[in-house]
Amino acid sequence: MSEAARLELDRLSKSFADHVAVRDVSLNVAPGELIVLLGPSGCGKTTTLRMIAGFLAATSGDIRINGESILNLPPYRRNMGIVFQSYALFPHLSVVRNIGFGLEMQRAPSPAIEARVSEMLRLVKLEALSARLPRELSGGQQQRVALARALAIHPKLLLLDEPLSNLDASLRADMAREIRLLQRSRGITTIMVTHDQDEAMAMADRLVVMHDGQVQQIDRQEDLYERPANPFVARFIGRSNLMTGRLDCGKMLALDAGAPIALAGRYRGRGRASLAVRPESIRLMPPGAPGVLVTGQVELCTYLGAVVEHVVRIAPELAIVVRANGIGTDAATRHPVGTAVALLWTQSDECLFDAEDRPVAADRIHVR
Amino acid sequence: MTKAVSHQTLARLERLGLSAFVWIGIVLIGVPLLLTVYLSVFDEKLIVFPPRGYTLSWYLAIGPVFGASALISLQLALASVVGSLLLGVPAGIGLSRYRFRGVGAISTLLLAPLTVPDIVLGLGTYVLLVQMDEQLGSAITGSLAGLILSHIMITTPWVVRLCLAGLVNHDRAAEEAAASLGARPWMVIWRVTLPAMRQGIIAAGLFVFISSFENLGLALFLTSPGVTTLPISIFQYLEYHIDPMVAAVAVAQMAGVCALLLVLNRFMRLSQIVR
Repeated sequence: MSEAARLELDRLSKSFADHVAVRDVSLNVAPGELIVLLGPSGCGKTTTLRMIAGFLAATSGDIRINGESILNLPPYRRNMGIVFQSYALFPHLSVVRNIGFGLEMQRAPSPAIEARVSEMLRLVKLEALSARLPRELSGGQQQRVALARALAIHPKLLLLDEPLSNLDASLRADMAREIRLLQRSRGITTIMVTHDQDEAMAMADRLVVMHDGQVQQIDRQEDLYERPANPFVARFIGRSNLMTGRLDCGKMLALDAGAPIALAGRYRGRGRASLAVRPESIRLMPPGAPGVLVTGQVELCTYLGAVVEHVVRIAPELAIVVRANGIGTDAATRHPVGTAVALLWTQSDECLFDAEDRPVAADRIHVR
Repeated sequence: MTKAVSHQTLARLERLGLSAFVWIGIVLIGVPLLLTVYLSVFDEKLIVFPPRGYTLSWYLAIGPVFGASALISLQLALASVVGSLLLGVPAGIGLSRYRFRGVGAISTLLLAPLTVPDIVLGLGTYVLLVQMDEQLGSAITGSLAGLILSHIMITTPWVVRLCLAGLVNHDRAAEEAAASLGARPWMVIWRVTLPAMRQGIIAAGLFVFISSFENLGLALFLTSPGVTTLPISIFQYLEYHIDPMVAAVAVAQMAGVCALLLVLNRFMRLSQIVR
């Protein structure tokens, strides 16, 4: 098995006639690491992946594998295993011929192909279906064939383009785990693209959050979740409530939407700011409870099983989503629609950003 | 209750109506064919009814009378199939793959042969070929080569259209997958794109063969005494004879085409191709 490869993207950019799809993306991927490019559609993540695969030419910047630029190599010489969103199996070839295709292209001797194909079939547990055509397989099985086909060529990199989006929700989590285990056991450097943050969180060593063709933040799950670099990341990861306004005397945020919000922490500086608070960090209390930051009225109370979700309107133009445990001994009280409630959260749960969308640190460190 | 009954009656009427239409269609198509078969075995010099008796002698006479022209038609049809596929398949791949200026115009142009009657195309081609021969000193007019070229001209657009239709459901990602697995561009076309087009190509080949074998409009202008196609020789025969021979040739030709379709159907389900 080949040594795992190190991948570097160096200020990689791609412009099309009318817009810039990817702007100055730089990224270092360690050998064996699984990186997820995450972002809403049109954020440039797929374009980045296609540049790595060689299907798109970069406008500027460089892509290096183990220190060597691969920009001038055509796709068929980059030796990358790719799993496409549609799986892109060859419809006229059996499972065996699909998996062996890459080795056939390398003109490997047929005993070697056979050995490798049966190894791959075992790996993805499809020995019993080896003679089938792709259309005779379920979505999950096709997915496995695609993965086996990509891995059969001992690729330097494994590229996964929304690999789970065509699967049933029940199958998705299983498949994500399976891919993750396989990737780890093979120690193969992997880049995956997805718009689904749960999927991304479940699979990645590190995540790259992209928006408008630019990298917003590259971090591990915990850091992304707890220390988002800007309001976009805060909103995208963890679906934070975002409130914009003016920062007054360090502990009040006068919302654009009207109501003032007391802040849990103290901050230096004045002027425009935005506040991000995750739905599950907010507690609902009766009005008048100590430490209340803002009050509002319950507009919607939804029981989702494991969680209870309240929508609380704190200003005519601004509603806050609050999620709490729905079952067990510490299950949250469900507040009927129309009830007045108070919202509170702790300093470590609030993320404040200045006018330039940079995080603002609180004055004193909160002790948990 | 009454409502349920009337629903049932309606459904039954609907089914009846549908099968009536189907049977009318079958009769309209089938009766002329059956009549042709019937006429072809009349033992009469002219087509008179009722016949004195029945004979298969007309079929035996087909060979000497129409054999040579049938052979020409066969050569012409096969050459048209090969030529138009060689031109049309790559064109189809190119048109489906690349978005360039004029794609729309080309697609419209590919419909043109539908709008111009064969006979007009034949006249135009004839005039063009005569001019060419005059300018270049060549002898294409009236030659088999000229006939083949003109047939390729009118059938290629069909091939392109059928190939384009065949590629509608083709997932380009499969081509990218092949490339990522080490297949060079030609290999991608050979191993992924062409297999994906297989049904379209077969349908196109069939269509070209049949339409070229049966074409009269072009051949009227472009055949010459040495080079006569089957439809032309039938046409000429009809000018002087009205006898069951013509019916016999028609039946033989139908049988040939049927045999071709049956053989193809053994290899793939035609109903899946012609949709």
